Amino acid sequence: MSQKLNKIIATDCGSTTTKSILIEYIDGEYRQTVRGEAPTTVEKPLNDVTRGVINAVTELVELARLKYNDDSIQFIKDGTVWISEKEGEGVDAYVSTSSAGGGLQMMVTGVVAKMTGESAERAALGAGAIVMDLIASNDKRANYEKIERIRQLRPDMILMAGGVDGGTTKHVAEMAELVGAADPKPRLGSSYKLPIIYAGNTSARDIINDILKEKTDLIITDNLRPKLESENLGPARDKIHDLFMEHVMAQAPGYNKLMGWVKGPKDGKLVNIPIMPTPAAVGNIMQTIAKVNDIEVLGVDIGGATTDVFSVFTKDKVFNRTVSANLGMSYSISNVLATAGLENILRWVPFDIDESGLRNMIKNKMIRPTTIPQQLEELVLEQAIAKEALKYAFIQHKEFAVGLKGAQKQREISEAFSQSTSGATVVNMMTLNLLVGSGGVMSHAPRRNQSAMMLIDSFQPEGITRLAVDSIFMMPQLGVLAEIDEKAATEVFDKDCLIYLGTCVASVGKMKPDKVALSAKIELPNGEVFEENIKFGEIRLLPCGVGETAKATLKPGRGLDIGEGKGQEIQTELHGGVTGIILDTRGRRPFVLPVDASERVPLLKKWMKELKAYPEEILK
Amino acid sequence: MAQAYSPGLTVTDSIVLKKDRILPLKGKVLVKKGDKVKAEDFVAETLLPGNVVPFNLANKLGVPVDIVNEYLRIKAGDQLKKGDVIAETKGFLGLFKTTIKSPLDGEVENISSVTGQLLLREPRIPVQVKAFIDGVVVDVVENEGVIIENKSAYIQGIFGIGGETTGEIKVLAASGEDIIDAKSVDDSCKGKVIVCGSMIPYDVVKKAQKVGVAGIISGGIDDRDLKKLLGYDIGVAITGHENIGLTIVVTEGFGKIKMAKKTYELLKTFNGHKASIHGFTQIRAGVMRPEIIIPIKFKEEELTEPEARMSTLEIGTTIRVIRQPNFGLIGKVTGLPEKLTSVESETMVRILEAELENGEKLTIPRANVEVIED
Repeated sequence: MSQKLNKIIATDCGSTTTKSILIEYIDGEYRQTVRGEAPTTVEKPLNDVTRGVINAVTELVELARLKYNDDSIQFIKDGTVWISEKEGEGVDAYVSTSSAGGGLQMMVTGVVAKMTGESAERAALGAGAIVMDLIASNDKRANYEKIERIRQLRPDMILMAGGVDGGTTKHVAEMAELVGAADPKPRLGSSYKLPIIYAGNTSARDIINDILKEKTDLIITDNLRPKLESENLGPARDKIHDLFMEHVMAQAPGYNKLMGWVKGPKDGKLVNIPIMPTPAAVGNIMQTIAKVNDIEVLGVDIGGATTDVFSVFTKDKVFNRTVSANLGMSYSISNVLATAGLENILRWVPFDIDESGLRNMIKNKMIRPTTIPQQLEELVLEQAIAKEALKYAFIQHKEFAVGLKGAQKQREISEAFSQSTSGATVVNMMTLNLLVGSGGVMSHAPRRNQSAMMLIDSFQPEGITRLAVDSIFMMPQLGVLAEIDEKAATEVFDKDCLIYLGTCVASVGKMKPDKVALSAKIELPNGEVFEENIKFGEIRLLPCGVGETAKATLKPGRGLDIGEGKGQEIQTELHGGVTGIILDTRGRRPFVLPVDASERVPLLKKWMKELKAYPEEILK
Repeated sequence: MAQAYSPGLTVTDSIVLKKDRILPLKGKVLVKKGDKVKAEDFVAETLLPGNVVPFNLANKLGVPVDIVNEYLRIKAGDQLKKGDVIAETKGFLGLFKTTIKSPLDGEVENISSVTGQLLLREPRIPVQVKAFIDGVVVDVVENEGVIIENKSAYIQGIFGIGGETTGEIKVLAASGEDIIDAKSVDDSCKGKVIVCGSMIPYDVVKKAQKVGVAGIISGGIDDRDLKKLLGYDIGVAITGHENIGLTIVVTEGFGKIKMAKKTYELLKTFNGHKASIHGFTQIRAGVMRPEIIIPIKFKEEELTEPEARMSTLEIGTTIRVIRQPNFGLIGKVTGLPEKLTSVESETMVRILEAELENGEKLTIPRANVEVIED
C-alpha cells in the first residue's frame, strides 16, 4: 500500500454527538473538505457506537457527492468504513477518538500528595483521564475514610505511584493494602477485575504483587517518579492507553467492532490505529503544533460539563493538561455560579439584573442545556458566566502546571533573590505565543470579537499574543491523525481548524489613568498608520485581516512591560485575524475592575463599544 | 424538510412502562416471573460487604512490624466480637502486658507483615430493593433483580429532588397558574403527593415537611428557595439523593411558571389515585428525569411496550417555549423555515414559526422549544 494518504476519515465519538470529517490531499496540500455529524448511539435503544459512526460517515458521503457532483463517491462498504488500497475507492485511513460514556475516569494514589501524587495525577490527566480523586498517605484523611472513598468511586482504573526507586516501601505497601481492602469495582461491567497500574518504587513490586494480584488486574510498569528530580510519565501513560482500549472501550457497546475498523498505513503496512481518548488527542495536536512551530501554546475547551485547559510552555515544551470537572456552560453552569459567586459574574455585565432572575436563568439553562440565548441580554450574561468559568479553570491549571516539587535544585544568586522555589508554575503569559479557545460558547459566539473579548478578559494575556478559536472543534480528530501523519494533521490544523482572531498587545503593570501606558505606531495593511499615546485603562481595535500583518513599534509606559522589560520598546510584526489587532492598556497583575457599579459599568460599555463586541443599543 | 427532531417530556394518560429493579451487587431475588407486586413490596435483597476498619497493630503494641506475628491471637478470616483479645505482649514476668481488644463485631480481613496493619471488616449491610410501582414481574435477572411492567398515566418532570416515594395524589391548586399558601397544607396532606400550581414557595415546603407530605408536584420553584431548603447551591445537575423528608417534582422549570394545562388536567383526573414518584435528575450522558407514575387497571395482554421514538417537530405540533422571552408559554408550530435566521442576540439559528395560546404569532429558535405530545 502506498504511504501517501489521499483521503482520510476521522471521527470523534462524543457523549452526545459523533462528529466526522473528511480530509483530502488536493493540489499539493491537505485540507478538511467535508464535515458531518449524527447522534452518538452508545445508549439504549441502539447500544452500538458504530451505528452513530455509520450515520455520521453517511452524511459525509452525501455531502461529498453534492460538493463534487459525483454520485459514485462511497466511503462505506459492507456496513463498515471502506478502506481500500485501490485509488479512487473508499478512503486510505480511518481514525477515531472517543469520550462517549463519560470518557476515561481514573483514581490515582501516591505517597506524598504534592510529589508522587501530583506526578501520578499529571500522568493520568495527560493520558486524557478525568481524575476522580487523588489519595495519598499524607492527605490528612483517616485510613478508613480513604477506604470508603475508594469503594464509593467506581473508576475505570487506578494508577498507583509512590516512592522513588530504592526508597522506603512501607508507605506504598500501606496504600496497596487500603486499595485491596476497599476491593474496588470497575465502573462498567462487573464481570472483570479492576485494572490497577503500579508505577511506583521498583523495590516494592513484589510486595504490591502479593497484596493486589488476586483481587485486581495488576499491571506493573516503570516508576513515574524514579528520582525526586525527574518524572518519567511515558510508560504509565502508554499503559493507561492500552488499558483504555482493552478494558474501558471493550466494555462500551459496539467498541469491539469499532476497534477493528480504525486502520491506516504505517511503515508501508495497513495497521490498526488505536482509538484515543478525546482529550489525549487534543493534547497530542497541541504538542505537535508547539514542536513544529517552536512556540508556546495555551488552549481551552469549554464544554457543557467540563473545561479542559492544555498548555505547552518553556523551551523544553512541557505539556500539561487539567480538567475542571465541574466548570461548564450547561450541565455545570450552576456550579460556576456557586464557585465564582454572583458578584463576580455581574462585574462583567454592563446593565442591571435582579438576583432572582439571574439565578433562575442559570438553573433553567442547567436543566435544559441545549437552549440558546435568543435575547441579547441573555447572551451577555452567558458570556459573563463563561469568563468566570474560564478564569477559574485557568487558575486551577496554573496551580497544577508546575515544576517538580521536592526536587533539589542548585540555585543561582538571582534565583535566590527572586525567591523562586521548586514547584513554581511553568505558565508564563508573557512568553505565550498562541492562545486558542474552543467549545460552544467560544466557537458559536455570534461575533468573533466576543470570543476575543472572552479570551482576553479571562486569561489576561500579557505582552504580544495571537488569539484563535477552533472553528468546529476538530482538534481531537487531528490529534489522532497526527499519530499516523503529522504533516497532514498540522496542515489542516493551520488552514482549516483554527480561525485566527488577531493579536492582543497588553502592557503589564499598573499606573494612574491619565498616564500613557502604550505608545504605538502601527502601519496597517490598508495603508493607514495608526499612531497614539494610549492612556492607561483603554482598549483599541485596529483593522488587520486574516493572513495580513502590520509593522509595529510599541513602547510601554514607564514601569510597564510588553515583553522586553520595563519601558523597553519593541519593533515587531503583528498578525491580523477576523477581529484585528487589540491594544489593551487596562493593566495586568493586577487587572482591576472598579467594585462600584457606577464606575464599572461605563468602563465596561466603553471597552465593549471599542471592541464592537455587542450591538450599540445594549451599550447606550 | 418539514419536520425535525426535538427533545420533549412525556405527559400521557396511558403508557406501558417497564422498570428495572436491580441490586447494586449480586444477591437474592424474592419474587418470580408473573407475580403481581405492589410498589411497597421488596423484590430483591443482598448483603453489601461491611466497612473496613484499619488498625495499626504494630504501633498499638509498640513493637517492630516483623515480630507482630508473635503476639497475635487471631488469624485472617476469624469472626470477632467487640472486646475479644486480638493481640497481647508477653510483658515482664507476666506483668505489664499490653492487650489489644477488638473495637467492633466483625471479621479479620487481613494482617499485613509489611506494615503491621490489621484490617477488620464490620458485619455485612443488608440492602433491599422495592418494586416502586404496582405491576407484574415480567422478567427475572438471576441473582440481580427483576423487571416490572404496568400500564400507567405518566408525567416526566424536568427537575426534582428527593428519592422514590409513593402516595395518594391530592390536588391543592385551583389551576396550573395558582400559587397555594401554607394554610392549604394541613394534616389531611400527610403521606400524600400534593399538586401545586405555578410555584412552590419556601414556607409551603416547610409546612409540607412538618405535616409529613410524601411528595410535591409543582410547575416551578425559585432557585433562592431551593438553596434555602437544601442549605447549599446545587452545582451540577445530579439530584435525587437529597434527604429533606419529601420528594419534589418540578414539571416546567425555575421561577414562577404555569404548569402545562395537560399536566394539571391529568393530575386532576387522577386526584385520589396512588402515585409513585421520584426526583432523580441527571442531565448528561444517560439522561434521567423525575417521574410521576400513576398505575391504572390493565389486562396483561395489553402490556406491549411502545417502540422508542424521538418526538418530531411538524406543522401543528404543540410546543412549549423553554427559554426567555415567553418562557413557559404553549403554542402550535405554524412554520418550519429551512434557512438560518438571525435572532435578537445575533445568533444564526434554525427557527420555527408558532402561534401561542394567546393568539400571538412569533418566531423562536428550534433549540428553545420542547415538543408536548398530544
